[in-house]
Order: sequence, then C-alpha cells, then structure tokens
Amino acid sequence: MSTAVTQNAPIGDQAAKPDLTDGNRAGKQAQCFLPRFDIWEGDDAWVLYGHLPGVSSEHLDVQFEDHRLTIHGKVAHHQDSRTLWYGEYGVGDFQRSFTVGESVDAAKISAELKNGVLTVRLPKQERAKARRIEIQAH
Amino acid sequence: MLMTRWEPLAELGRLSREMERMFSRDGGSLGHLLGANAFPALNVWEDAEQLYVEAELPGFELEDLEIYVTGNHLTIKGQRNAPKHEGGTWHRQERSYGAFSRSFELPSDIDGDRVNARFHDGVLRIELPKSEAVRPKRIEVQRS
Repeated sequence: MSTAVTQNAPIGDQAAKPDLTDGNRAGKQAQCFLPRFDIWEGDDAWVLYGHLPGVSSEHLDVQFEDHRLTIHGKVAHHQDSRTLWYGEYGVGDFQRSFTVGESVDAAKISAELKNGVLTVRLPKQERAKARRIEIQAH
Repeated sequence: MLMTRWEPLAELGRLSREMERMFSRDGGSLGHLLGANAFPALNVWEDAEQLYVEAELPGFELEDLEIYVTGNHLTIKGQRNAPKHEGGTWHRQERSYGAFSRSFELPSDIDGDRVNARFHDGVLRIELPKSEAVRPKRIEVQRS
C-alpha cells in the first residue's frame, strides 16, 4: 500500500436538514436556505466557496467543532413599506454543515467573505499530505 | 422495436431538477413560473414614486456589471469568473460561472437619468424613479 493518506471523501455534506424550508415570499421571518458550495482539493488544503448574498461579515458565523464545519449567515429583511410587485426568489438566512475528516488541521482553518462569496480554507495536516516519492534511476 | 437508450443529457436534466428542488427558493408566486430559468432571479418592489429591483449576484465585481434602462426595459449584464486553481480536484460544483444577460419589462416607464444602483455583499439593488408622465398626480378640485 502507498503511504499517502489521502482519504476518500473527507468532506461530507450534511445538507438534508429537516429545518431547511422551501422558499417563500420575501419579507417573512424564520427561513433558512441552503447556500451553493464548490469544494476544491489541492495538495495542501481543501477550499470551500459558498454563495451567501446579502450576508455581511458581522452576520456570518463559521464554526468548527467535533469535525463539523457549520456556516450560518443572517440576512437582513427590508422593503417592508413597499409592495412586492414581482418575486422570483425568497430572502432568508443561510445555513449549511460539512463533516470534515481527521486530516484537517483545525487550528489553521481560515475564512474570508467578499462580495457575497465565502471562502473557507481547510489546510491538511502534515501527515495527510500526499507525498511525491522521488524515484532514482540507476 | 422500441429501443431504450441511455440519454446522458436527460439524466443531467433530471439531476438538475433535483438540485433545483433542493435549492428551491421560489417566491411561491407567479414570478417563479415566468422567470424559472432566467438568471439572475429578480425581486421587484414598487411604491408611488419608484421601482426597486434586487438581484443576488455573489461573486460578481461591480465593474463586471452593466445596467441599461430604456423606457420600461431594464437590462442587466455581467460576467462571473471561476476561481483559478492549478491541478487539484473539484469535489463539488454547485455554483455557476460565465456571462449572463437578462432583459426585464417593468410595470412603468423609468426616468433613466435618475436610476441609482448599488452593489453590496453580492446583492445588486437598483432604484428606478418612475418617469414624470406616469406618476400619480393629485388633481385639485375647484369649487364652482
């Protein structure tokens, strides 16, 4: 067996939560939507990109506990005094959780929010990095 | 003889419908039916003076967005680029990239010179003052 300890599917998705409701008309309270995410894996880290439009950094909560990365973003409601003439999407908070394998270096997780896109970087622990074996020619 | 073929595109269509259901955020109103496949999804509010259009455009840069108003037509154009990575593996790709253009008919004519657009936290908010001609005018009733 190889010594590389790259695990299969180290980031599981716990998307199907019962408290996630379908969209409704904008303006109502207590709605939670599932944000769209991309997950990329490189040699040194996993990088998650999530769409959280309308969430500012002070209303964003990214937690890592017990191998579980949870993202919750609050979206402010507004436009109450106006009449909704036409609606194609609901407005509400965003929440999503991912289970993360042992191979993530939890202390070095970093997150950045820009233009409604959350980028979470999950560095791999040294022992989890794939090693390239130099082959010597004789 | 009836042939049953495996159609990868149909399969994709089914998958994408599953995804749509999973991510369903439609307003539960007619808007969803009319604009089901249009990007970006729009919400439009109205008061006596103005129309307010909002769209979620996370990952776009302000300089990548173009907004045009002609009469009662609003056009939004933009381009979103995928993050660049050398090598590696994409495990999940739920976001979409590329260029879009959407034209939308508003319920009244707009004063194009006074349109104001802001882009904050990935949400585009456009304020469109109704043109003078269509705004309600209060008529003074004269005593005879």
